[in-house]
Formats: sequence, structure tokens, C-alpha cells
Amino acid sequence: MSAERGLRMSMVEAGTALAFALAGMAAIGDSLRIGTGWGTDGPKSGTFPFWIGLILVAASAGTLVQAVRARTESGLFASWAQLRLVASVLVPTVVYVAAIPSTGIYVASAALVAWFMHRLGGFGWARSAAAGIGVALACFLVFEIWFLVQLPKGPLETALGY
Amino acid sequence: MEELGLLMQGFGVVLEPQNLLLMLVGIALGVLIGVLPGLGGANGIAILLPLTFAMPPVSAIIMLSCIYWGALFGGAITSILFNIPGEPWSVATTFDGYPMAQQGKAAEALTAAFTSSFVGAFVAIVMITFIAPVIAGFALRFGPPEFFAVMFLSFASFIGMSKGPALKTVCAMMLGFLLAAVGMDTVTGQLRMTFGSTEMIRGFDFLVAVIGLFGISEILCSIEDGLRFKGERAKIDAKVVLKVWVSLPKHWWLALRSSFIGCWMGITPAGATPASFMSYGVARRMAKDGASFGKGRIEGVIAPETAAHAAGTSALLPMLTLGVPGSPTAAVLLGGLIMWGLQPGPMLFVEQKDFVWGLIASMYLGNVVGLIVVLVAVPWFAAILRVPFSIIAAIILVVCAIGAFTVSNAEFDITLMLLFGVIGYVLKKLDYPLAPLVLALVLGDRTEEAFRQSLLISQGSLGVFFSNWLVSSIMAMGFALLLWPVVSWVLERISAHRSRTGAVVPREA
Amino acid sequence: MPPAGCSRRSLLIGAGAAALASPALAQKGWEPTRPVQFIVPAGTGGGADQMARVIQGIVSKHKLMRQPMVVVNKAGGAGAEGFLEAKGARGNPHMIVITLSNLFTTPMATGVPFNWQDLTPVAMLALDEFVLWVNAESPWKTAAEFIEAAKRERLKLGGTGSKQEDQIIAVAIGKATGAQLTYVPYRGGGEVAVQLVGKHVDATVNNPIEAVTHWRSGALRPLCVFDSQRLSNTDKMTETMAWSDIPTAKEAGLDVEYLMLRGIFMPAGVQPAQLAYYEGLLERVRETPDWRELMQQGAFNTTGMTGDAFRAWLTKEEARHRTLMQEAGFLA
Repeated sequence: MSAERGLRMSMVEAGTALAFALAGMAAIGDSLRIGTGWGTDGPKSGTFPFWIGLILVAASAGTLVQAVRARTESGLFASWAQLRLVASVLVPTVVYVAAIPSTGIYVASAALVAWFMHRLGGFGWARSAAAGIGVALACFLVFEIWFLVQLPKGPLETALGY
Repeated sequence: MEELGLLMQGFGVVLEPQNLLLMLVGIALGVLIGVLPGLGGANGIAILLPLTFAMPPVSAIIMLSCIYWGALFGGAITSILFNIPGEPWSVATTFDGYPMAQQGKAAEALTAAFTSSFVGAFVAIVMITFIAPVIAGFALRFGPPEFFAVMFLSFASFIGMSKGPALKTVCAMMLGFLLAAVGMDTVTGQLRMTFGSTEMIRGFDFLVAVIGLFGISEILCSIEDGLRFKGERAKIDAKVVLKVWVSLPKHWWLALRSSFIGCWMGITPAGATPASFMSYGVARRMAKDGASFGKGRIEGVIAPETAAHAAGTSALLPMLTLGVPGSPTAAVLLGGLIMWGLQPGPMLFVEQKDFVWGLIASMYLGNVVGLIVVLVAVPWFAAILRVPFSIIAAIILVVCAIGAFTVSNAEFDITLMLLFGVIGYVLKKLDYPLAPLVLALVLGDRTEEAFRQSLLISQGSLGVFFSNWLVSSIMAMGFALLLWPVVSWVLERISAHRSRTGAVVPREA
Repeated sequence: MPPAGCSRRSLLIGAGAAALASPALAQKGWEPTRPVQFIVPAGTGGGADQMARVIQGIVSKHKLMRQPMVVVNKAGGAGAEGFLEAKGARGNPHMIVITLSNLFTTPMATGVPFNWQDLTPVAMLALDEFVLWVNAESPWKTAAEFIEAAKRERLKLGGTGSKQEDQIIAVAIGKATGAQLTYVPYRGGGEVAVQLVGKHVDATVNNPIEAVTHWRSGALRPLCVFDSQRLSNTDKMTETMAWSDIPTAKEAGLDVEYLMLRGIFMPAGVQPAQLAYYEGLLERVRETPDWRELMQQGAFNTTGMTGDAFRAWLTKEEARHRTLMQEAGFLA
């Protein structure tokens, strides 16, 4: 049964708690650098982040202990099938975000919309591509031309004179 | 009454056909701006500002302030439909608005949101009309200690009622505080937690985090159950609007209380965002079955929306009378006033009566027109949910990316947004509550700043937070709210004990 | 195709004031082909932001430029965000930056890798004055009385930001006279003025434009101006006083002088023709009545400079700020 297999809850719990603790420790480290004491006129820059970091480390340690204790009876965070579905959206989005600096946001957006429609929606390539270009054009009109918001642009826009 | 005469004169100006038309244009544009996250009212106003130099100042300010109203209305739309707050003050609207949409009640939630926005704004305008000078004086009493006290009160009204496990709630809130502290410490001018990165100097913008934590993570969560959105089979027709309206009058006390919170927070220059959180928190406290909040209660939409609009509207008052803008949008309006040779400040009400009363009259009409425009559009907004997931999800991702970028024109923010999306997905599945995180992120640095400014003023003495009746009473209210769960728990124990020992406690049905 | 883009834009905007070609542009040479980004390394509503938005308004109102000008606030890290953006945009002729004193103070106080020589200086538009203000209900009628009081007991002076111009002045006053001042930082100049009206601080060193309305309403009182000569505007602002009636700090027995640059810069590596275009544009901005009104309202020192004179001035000011910051202990 594939529905029974997947990422275990306790693993993710523990990982998240560790990540929280790391964030807390980073804050404590940086606060010690800039001073955590009570200066002549109130707390120094590092005071608040220091204590907040400390509380965060303590609370995440508590969560970690709870997660480890409960590891035997913990259920699934998500089944592999569910994670595959999530990845089918997340992976293209990561590629999209990674592509923006080089292709500009409009070309990347057109590709993303077309990909989603074709792969996830089962639309034909022609319709998907048309919709993608349509969305990109609409965004271009609204933001670049109407609201004068300059979004990241790539070689295509430069070639067209923008 | 002199005010009424002047107001009537103001209405005369506003009702000119040309001005009415400008009003419609402003509202429509404002709604669009409110819908697109990242594109704030400031954008729209800044772009139209040059156009308005050809008009008389009154016409210009009518159009510009209508963008402001439109944006206030529009912010609720994406919060309810997609869990993406278009503006910071719509975050609290997502808590119950989005669950309502998932249950197929998107149209109801939108109608309730728009109507209560209108009510909140209306109460605030009436207040501005009749007691503006008194209130303007009141705002002057707010120094750093008072400001800190108000922030403390916002936290207090929200804390202690989180549904999540206690340790996880603490974790989430502390993470919010840490994120808020990244960047420059405004009190000492020192860089904190940037770890040498120039991208981190900016700090974490609230909107970038919220678009990721709420919007992107929601898409990830909803595809686990298949590639579709919940709530797509919503009943949508014009009758829904009337049905909701019939049910609204019974919430009059909630609306009045929320308006009051909003007006108060707008004048003490805390602003619309803390107002919406506080109003939501108080509504949940006061409700008999507070636990059902967050699962799609209409009260959870009415409370924050009413307060946000009351605050957004009354925040214009300190701007006009003191020259201090309550929000970035108001700041751009302020720039416009100066460009027309109008100096905002105490003299504006004395020297530019026509202008001021024209503006106030346009607030009345602008909100009425705005309400009609958005209500007519409710069925269309709700119909967006019927667009197939594969199309709408991609468009949401694109709009989110653009929104994250426009907040401070930084490509790095798009990456951050995606990162927050994944974090939000994991946290949600692990039952970490996101609301405390967001609350700490949005109010954290202002609270710390006010605290430290106060201590600078008092040279390190904490007594400054109880140095006069105003700050003392706000602090006392905060402590009362904070301790309320403990007190009520003790009271319950006592009464339980009594009933066990035979004492009959008379109870009303 | 810029022309097509222009006509579509004007259709969409409606009146199209921003985009229509104008006869005022008879000048040959380089011209912007895209919207020009106008970076403000400060938050909305402050002095630099107001000036940038007025310039934006003037440019579009008088059709001084074919392309629109877009104001972008990049206030992060006391303006470091904006400056780093401009530094990174080497050779981009479609970007200009307005500066305030944080051009010098931010890199010195935070160690952010930036220096004004990473940019191309275009023009000094004006110098902003600083005035010592107290609440009108306070007992201090002159700067000397205020200083005397501050020697007896510690007084609170409010200002914008930390380790920036306002705090530099506060420290300089303390150094010159032995007055004990606690500096309380706020986010913006307008907020500072209101805090003084509400008596949460004892004094401020607001720019004239930030406090003028409260002066006129009778809530604030100016004690002295931190310039070598009195302000030039002689119109009566209150029943009895004009800007020119405010004594200089020196006349009041306080040896502190400070003026703040309001200037325009471009990224490094731009061509001379592009630099010349913006010099010409700003020259025309300065000739408009709207600009003169702003200068009048804000009692600015209207000194203007370009080219080598401006560079020499910047070099001198940078050295002066380094000394001031060092004396105050603000260097990172």
C-alpha cells in the first residue's frame, strides 16, 4: 500500500525543531557580538534578540524532546504520493524563481503558466502557450505600462526596446 | 452648527459630475491595487499624482483619496479567496474569511467584509466631521511610552488564545520577533543579524513573508488532496448579498466595538494593521464559543475589517492636522498636498476650509460609491474560484512573485517568498500556529523601538510606563487582558469547587 | 519600439501627460529611452522623499522629459539599500539618486561598502538648514537660555534616525557648550516635530520645512539656525517673526554649524552626454516657479553646484563628516 509509506511526522518534527534552534543560536551569536547588556540608557541593540534567541532555543529543545518521545506512534507527515503532487508544483516554481534573474519575469511567467496548464491541467500545448503569453502580456500592460512598476526584464524585453 | 454648513458646502463641490466621475475612476483603480499584493495604494497615487496637477486641488484629492478607499476594500478580496492578504491589514481577515471560502461561502464572506469595511469607515468619518479638533489634540499625548503601551495591548489581546500547542506557539512567535529584528536597529543605527550580507540589510518585509507563509503554502497544502481548490462549488448569485445583509444587524455591537477600536488605533498613530489584529482578538475573547473562531465564523471577518477601515480612515486625521502620515499611502498623499502648495498641519483647517471640507464630504460619498462598486462585483470575484486549478494556481504564483518583488524592488525577495512558502507548508502541517508569527513580525520592531525610546527618555527607569494616567490605564488594560485566561480559569475552579461542595450558583440560561 | 509604447501608455493613462512629446525638449544629444528610476534612500514622507516627489511632479507637470520618472523608496539600513543599488547599476543612465547626509554617515556608521565616489555626482540642488526648536510653552526664549538649562539638568533632544545629521548636531552642541542632551531617535522629521509639540522631548533640530506649520500655529519656537548667516526669507511667518529674524547659532553664542546636502547622483560609468542631460534637466527644474515655491516654503539655502566645484565640495564635506563622526564616536 503506497498510502502507508511516506515521510514520518517525527522526522519532520525533529528537523523543524532543530532548524528553529539553529535560528535561535544564530541570533544569540550575533547578539553577543553587538552587546546584550543594559547600557546607560536602556538595553543595547543585542538585548532583545539575545533573549528571544534563548527562549527560541529552549522552546525548540522542548519540542524536540516531545518529538523524540512520540516517534513510535507518530503518523505520516505526508505520503510519497502526496509529496509527489507537492513536488509537481514546487519544482516548477523553484525553476521559475531561479530563472527570473536571467530571463526576466515575463518570459518565465509565460512558461510557468503554460507548463502548469499542460502538465497539471491536461490542456493542449497550443492553448497552454497562448494562455501563458496572454498572462505575461496582461502583467506587462498592468505593471510596466500602466503602473510604471519596473519588473525584472531579460534579453527579450531589451531586444524589444524596454 | 458651523461644521454642518461647511460639510454641505463640501457636498456641493463633490457632487459636480466631473468629480463624481473621478471618484469612480479612483475607486476602480484602488480596488485593482488592493487586489494585487505588493502594489500598494502608494503606487497608484504616485502614478496618478502627476495627472492631477491639471485639476483643481479638491478634484485631485477626491480622486486620490478614492484610490485609498478602493485599496482598503480590495485588500479583503484575495485574503478571502486565496488566503493571500493584499495589504498588511487584511491578514486578520484571512483567519476566518478563507475557511468560509473553503466551505463554499466566499460570496457571504466578501459581502460581510465589504459591508463591515463600509460601516467602520463611516463611523470614523462621522467622528472626524464632528470632533476632529478634540481628537487631534488627543493624538499629541502619544509619546513613546504610550505607543509602547498600545502595542503591548495589541499583543495582550491576541496572546493566550492560540490554538496551537504552547511550545510551538512560543517558537512561532519568537521566530517572528527575530525576523522583525533583522536589519538596522533604528535606535542605535547598528546592523543586526545581517551576517555580512547586503541583501539582509533591508530586513524581512512583512508582506514578502506573509505572501509566502499564507499564499504559497496554501497552494502546496491544497494540492496534497488533488489538483483543485476547495470551495469551487460556491453558490453565487446576487441574492447572497441580501441574505448576508439581513443577518448583519444582529452583529451591531461587534461592529460598534470594532469601529471604536479602529478609530482609537488610527488616531494614536498605531495604524490599521494592529487595529485589525486587536479587534479580531477581542471579538474572539468576547464570544461565548471563542474556540470556533478560525474555522469560518462571519464575526471573524466583520471584526478585523471594520477595525481596519475605521483605523485607515481616522489615520487621515493626524495627517491633516499634524502633518504626520499614518501609512505609506498617506505619505504620498501628503507629498501631493505640498505639491499643490497646501501645507498639511494645524493651519490647514484654518486656512483651507474649502479643501478640508471637500475632502471630508468626498470621504462620505467615496465610501458609498465604493461599497456599491465592490458589492456589484462580488459574484464575479467569487466566480474566480471556478477557474481550473492548473490555470489559477500558476497565475497566483506569478502574481505572488510580482508582489514580493515590488515590495522593495528586489529579486532576492522572490526567493525569500518561496522559502517562506515551504516553511509555511511545513509549519502548518506540524500544527505550528502562524498568526503569532505574523503578529510578532509586523509589530515586533516598532514595539522594541518604542520600548527603548521610552527608556532613553526616562534614563532607564521602567516607571515611565506608569508615569501618567493615559499610559498607566492602557498598560493596566493590557495586563488585565493578558491575565484574563488565568483569572477565568481560577474563577471556574472556584465555581466548580462550590458546586461540588453543594453551594448553588444561580445561572442565567 | 518606444513610440508605439508611448502612445499605448498615453491611451491607457488617459490624459497621457507623462508621455506626450514636448516642445520644451529642443536639446540635442542623449535622452532617456526608458522610464527613469528616481531612488530615494529614505522612507516616505521625509525631506528627501518630499523633494523627490516634487521634482517628479515638476518634471511631469512642465513636460521636461519624454519618459516618465518613477520615485522608488529604498530606505533599508539607513539608506544603504538605495546606495548599494545605485552602486550596482554601473553605467545605467536611467537611474538617479537623491541624497541627504546619509551619503556620508551611513557607510561610516555601519561599515557598508559604499562611498560617494562609487556614484557620479550630478548637481547640488540646495542645502537644507537646521533650526533649534523648542515648545512655545517652554521657558526658553533664546538658545543661551536653553543651553544654560541643559547644563543644569539633562534635557531630551529628538531627531531623525541614529548616528545621522540630527544626532551629529546634538553631540556637537554638547561638545561646544557642555550641555547635557539625551538624543532620542525617531523615524521621521514630521514625527519628531509632533513629539515636540506634545512635549515628549524638550527640543529638536528639525529642518525648517518639517516644523514650519507648527511654528505658524504657535506651538513651536525657533531659537537659532545652524548656518553662518541668517535665512534669507523675510516674509512674516507668524505675527512677529520671519525666517530671517531667527538668529544664527553664532549670534546666539553657540559655535555649531551644519548644513545638509540635497543633491542628485547617477551610477558610476555613465557617458558625459548622459550626465549633461540630467544637469540640464535639473537646471530647468530649478527655474520653475514650483521649485522656487518649495525653496521659499522650506527656507532652503539655494546654493547650487555642478561638475568639479561640486566634487570639490563633496570631498571637503566627506572629510568634515569623518571628523564629526569620529569626535562623536560613531565610526563603525
